[in-house]
Amino acid sequence: MFDDFFIRALVAGIGIAFVTGPLGCFVVWRRLSYFGDTLSHSALLGVTMAYTFDLNIAISVFLISSVIALILIQLQKKTNLPGDALLGLLAHSSLAVGLVVIGFLTFIRFDIMGLLFGDILAVTTNDLLVIWTGGALILIVLKLIWKPLLASTVNYELAEAEGLNPDRAKAIFTILMAAVIAISIKMVGLLLITGMLIIPAAMARNISDSPQKMVLFSIIGGLLSVILGLYSSLEFNTSSGPSIIAAALILFILSLFKIKQSIKLKN
Amino acid sequence: MNSNNNILVKLNNAGFRQSEKWLVEGVSLTVEKGKIVTLIGPNGSGKSTTAKIALGIYKNIEGTVEKYTTKVGYVPQKISIDWTLPIRVYDFMLLTETIEDSAIDEALSLTGVIHLKNKNLGSLSGGEFQRVLIARAISKKPELLVLDEPVQGVDYTGEIALYELIKKISDTLNCGILLISHDLHMVMKATDHVVCLNGHVCCSGSPIDVAKNNEYKALFGEKASQILTTYEHKHDHVHSDEGEIKKN
Repeated sequence: MFDDFFIRALVAGIGIAFVTGPLGCFVVWRRLSYFGDTLSHSALLGVTMAYTFDLNIAISVFLISSVIALILIQLQKKTNLPGDALLGLLAHSSLAVGLVVIGFLTFIRFDIMGLLFGDILAVTTNDLLVIWTGGALILIVLKLIWKPLLASTVNYELAEAEGLNPDRAKAIFTILMAAVIAISIKMVGLLLITGMLIIPAAMARNISDSPQKMVLFSIIGGLLSVILGLYSSLEFNTSSGPSIIAAALILFILSLFKIKQSIKLKN
Repeated sequence: MNSNNNILVKLNNAGFRQSEKWLVEGVSLTVEKGKIVTLIGPNGSGKSTTAKIALGIYKNIEGTVEKYTTKVGYVPQKISIDWTLPIRVYDFMLLTETIEDSAIDEALSLTGVIHLKNKNLGSLSGGEFQRVLIARAISKKPELLVLDEPVQGVDYTGEIALYELIKKISDTLNCGILLISHDLHMVMKATDHVVCLNGHVCCSGSPIDVAKNNEYKALFGEKASQILTTYEHKHDHVHSDEGEIKKN
């Protein structure tokens, strides 16, 4: 069944959409899109590490992204630089270091385009296992921290006062971010992962009136984007990442009409 | 450790310092079951800070906080809901604890906002939102209720009704209440213990004791002192439309 590369890509993409949907909502709610960018840019370093030491790419990316997240938290505590400057510093320097390291690894042939923008040919049966088990784990953990995470997104002090331990939820969420980047890097590419997190969630925001609905619509939007994107990628021979993100963008634009309608109804 | 098992939270000589400036220091107070403790004081006197110390929101504090309950309801002074999050009043009621629909309806009815149940939180007026905040805090039937200026933005008649509700809740749920309010004569009827803050505890005791205290008079003026003492003798005054007290 998984012999066909396209079926593999489709199954992988569907698995990814289930995870990026809910996580993306929190990225939008908590204004973490640049944080997502930083983690995914640092993923290149993880990929080079995987090639150098012959590790699984997902695991290696997950480790490096987690380390970058830890460094960011430390820098936020110890310097007076604003958050966005620190994010930019880490995002671009880790991307640059990753590219420099690739330059040294002359004995390996890299498909840079595939790394940056995703490649449906690259998805192996092993990757499917990583995506679906990793994805299931991420969703289970997210379900467990849902209440404290949502409560502290609405109001940190309320969550802290009523004993929900928002700091722990935030730390766990950061790890989940690193994990989702790790499982989706091959498919979406490291430059576009944040788009996969944000665009379906943004689309869902336009048509939802509760957090649960937004998560649901965000998953549906992600699934449609993956399916539409992959078919057009096959059809037009384009990279998988940009095709998926372009499909998501079209859904977002359609959702804007829904807003227009509801404003009209109100008037 | 807890010799009196009615105690819900106890501050011992507690204080909090932010970037070398003391927001409040040397506060000792106890909130017990079924009792209402009110914090009063001028702006910047550390009332909200004291509440946050009691709630455990501030971590690096001086002194100690002993807390004997985990069932806490909190109405913060300032809360801004982000428009990026679509959230209805109903979702907000379930924010920190899963409670039954009947409990949600009951709490929203008590504060007079049941008709807003399915409205988006962002579309509420200041007074409506305040009522929802109170409803959320009481719906989980807390043992300790911390209310920081709970009736801000609420109209005058609503204010009286909400204070009566707070008093009723303290009686029916037998929960302890830590209340912060500017509205002296409104609060004093129900309060068991008053702590007057001005960066430190300037005086504390029963409403009458505090009203007679000279430091209190210096801080709030002679008139405020009269407001408090009037509650010693009920029905000796009427309220004007502006809420001023006129002696009979």
